Amino acid sequence: MITSLIRRAIQAGFVIFAMTLIVFIGVNVIGNPVDILINPDLNQAERLRVVESLGLDRPLWQQYLSFLHGLAQGDFGDSFVYSKPALDVIVERLPATLELALCAMLIAIVVGLPLGLYAGLYPNRVSSKIIMTGSILGFSLPTFWVGLMFILLFAVQLGWLPSNGRGETELLFGARWSFLTADGLAHLFLPALNLALFKTSLILRLTRAGVQEVVMQDYVKFARAKGLRENRIIFVHILKNLMIPVVTIIGLEFGSLIAFSVVTESIFGWPGMGKLIIDSINLLDRPVIVAYLMMMVVLFVSLNFIIDICYTLLDPRVRLDGKG
Amino acid sequence: MTALLDVRNLVTTFPGGAGTGLRAVDDVSFQLARGEVLGLVGESGSGKSVTGFSIMGLVDWPGKIAEGQIIFDGSDLAKASVETRRSLRGRRIAMVFQDPMMTLNPVLRVGTQMTEALHAHEKIGKAEARARARDALGLVGMPSPEERLDAYPHQLSGGMRQRVAIAIAFLHRPDLIVADEPTTALDVTIQAQIISEFQKLTEDSGTAVIWITHDLAIVSGLADRIAVMYGGRIVEAGGIAEVLERPRHPYTRGLIQSVPSENSRGTRLTQIPGVTPSLINMPEGCAFRTRCARATAACVQRPGRFGDEDSYHRCFHPHEEALR
Repeated sequence: MITSLIRRAIQAGFVIFAMTLIVFIGVNVIGNPVDILINPDLNQAERLRVVESLGLDRPLWQQYLSFLHGLAQGDFGDSFVYSKPALDVIVERLPATLELALCAMLIAIVVGLPLGLYAGLYPNRVSSKIIMTGSILGFSLPTFWVGLMFILLFAVQLGWLPSNGRGETELLFGARWSFLTADGLAHLFLPALNLALFKTSLILRLTRAGVQEVVMQDYVKFARAKGLRENRIIFVHILKNLMIPVVTIIGLEFGSLIAFSVVTESIFGWPGMGKLIIDSINLLDRPVIVAYLMMMVVLFVSLNFIIDICYTLLDPRVRLDGKG
Repeated sequence: MTALLDVRNLVTTFPGGAGTGLRAVDDVSFQLARGEVLGLVGESGSGKSVTGFSIMGLVDWPGKIAEGQIIFDGSDLAKASVETRRSLRGRRIAMVFQDPMMTLNPVLRVGTQMTEALHAHEKIGKAEARARARDALGLVGMPSPEERLDAYPHQLSGGMRQRVAIAIAFLHRPDLIVADEPTTALDVTIQAQIISEFQKLTEDSGTAVIWITHDLAIVSGLADRIAVMYGGRIVEAGGIAEVLERPRHPYTRGLIQSVPSENSRGTRLTQIPGVTPSLINMPEGCAFRTRCARATAACVQRPGRFGDEDSYHRCFHPHEEALR
């Protein structure tokens, strides 16, 4: 188990290294940040000085090596726009995105899992058919449109919930969080719901498909033949087998929630990383883009790692060392 | 003495076909005394397993018991409530399934799957349940039962898993066990061990058995009586020696002759021509007539039961002579 964990860690290291190359080159062949950042009224000499100070005059491989050198010390370079270390700029925005993604995931699990379980166990009830139809809507309606509709309905027409910003925040573990205050929660609700909609449908459909597969198994019939109560059959025999694919999806989708919360954050003016990356791409703030992408790589790699460990806890047949 | 189990004119249907649906079990009647062993023999698709599941109350939706009575110890199970049926399952009527690789839940420990069967019917403490589970494993010849309680199913061989399933079936010393081809999936040597242990257990506890199988050799050494099923009906029933020595229905005779024996050495095995008809296009009248050498125009009529309740056949042209 320990050796396999080490092996996985080495593999993860290679993935991250490969990504530094791809990310750095990918980002450095698009656009010229100088055109955007520098006052067009500057003369050529001043212009060159800025280019030099940003290190953009050196060949690409030198820039890459100095980038790697900085990376080894946890330094992604300074943001062109904020004149602060790029990592700090991102980490500042991390709590906002993190709480949004966590809330969305929580909603998706709390709503999607039970509904999927229900629809899978009783596929012929009218209510199940309504749930499945609803999940198609959740699947196919574009997030930005649903977000706008939410604002239109709940913020503009009904005036129940705010539509912009994080509201009041409270300090915890050195970061500011919205979910600790009532006002912050009110601000959090709509964007979280918006972000959760797609994931809810995904978990719902996956759960339902899993249930329908598991209930056909002999061991469920055998559990019934033992005279077990229905609750035990559903919540132990079926659910425990079901959690294996569901946990995979929850893990991977949590990464994508953080990485792709761009649309929701933009619509609801949520000052998270998604909004930051869009702004940074518009301004070609390379260090921030690179730092953000690297963070996402690390995030996905660690999530996969955690999922693998969850597997071994859920399914006794899976052992990381691949034996037995 | 009244019978322990009295199945009367049982009809189990699945939707489909014309009219009343597909009759997987069609007008099946038999009785079983306490401690008696009935061999229910037939090819796949003959309705023998569905008969077993009907008795268990485990017919898969959308199949259902459409007509008839299943009188178990004086009360009709076909009309019993869901909770009554559950409380009987595993406690007074147990079942052992065909494929031991599939009947145990892969993510639960053997001990858990045994003790939950105890907790479902009795209010007992954890330690006592575990002790009883361990003793039950010992009874079925499981080496070091204490350690096996903590094993997961995938750590046990097929024969060991079937022993666990049998131990679970015997936990409550049931009055009746429905054994659905419990040895078909096992090696021949393991088969013999399991059968002899099974026999010992049923004799010691006075448990009646319905042994569902397609293997006449097993039944001949095990059963007191035999019922041969074809196309959802019992085509011949009687004492084991009587039926095997003097089979009257051409189908029973064909079955017996297709088993290799000492006497048939060097000669070609007789076989029954054709294949079992599917439920969708079951011939009218006698279901076997399309494969039967003795069939005449009369066979388009549905044959009734010829003989008394304990020993009868459904054939207009029965064989009268003994085999060989």
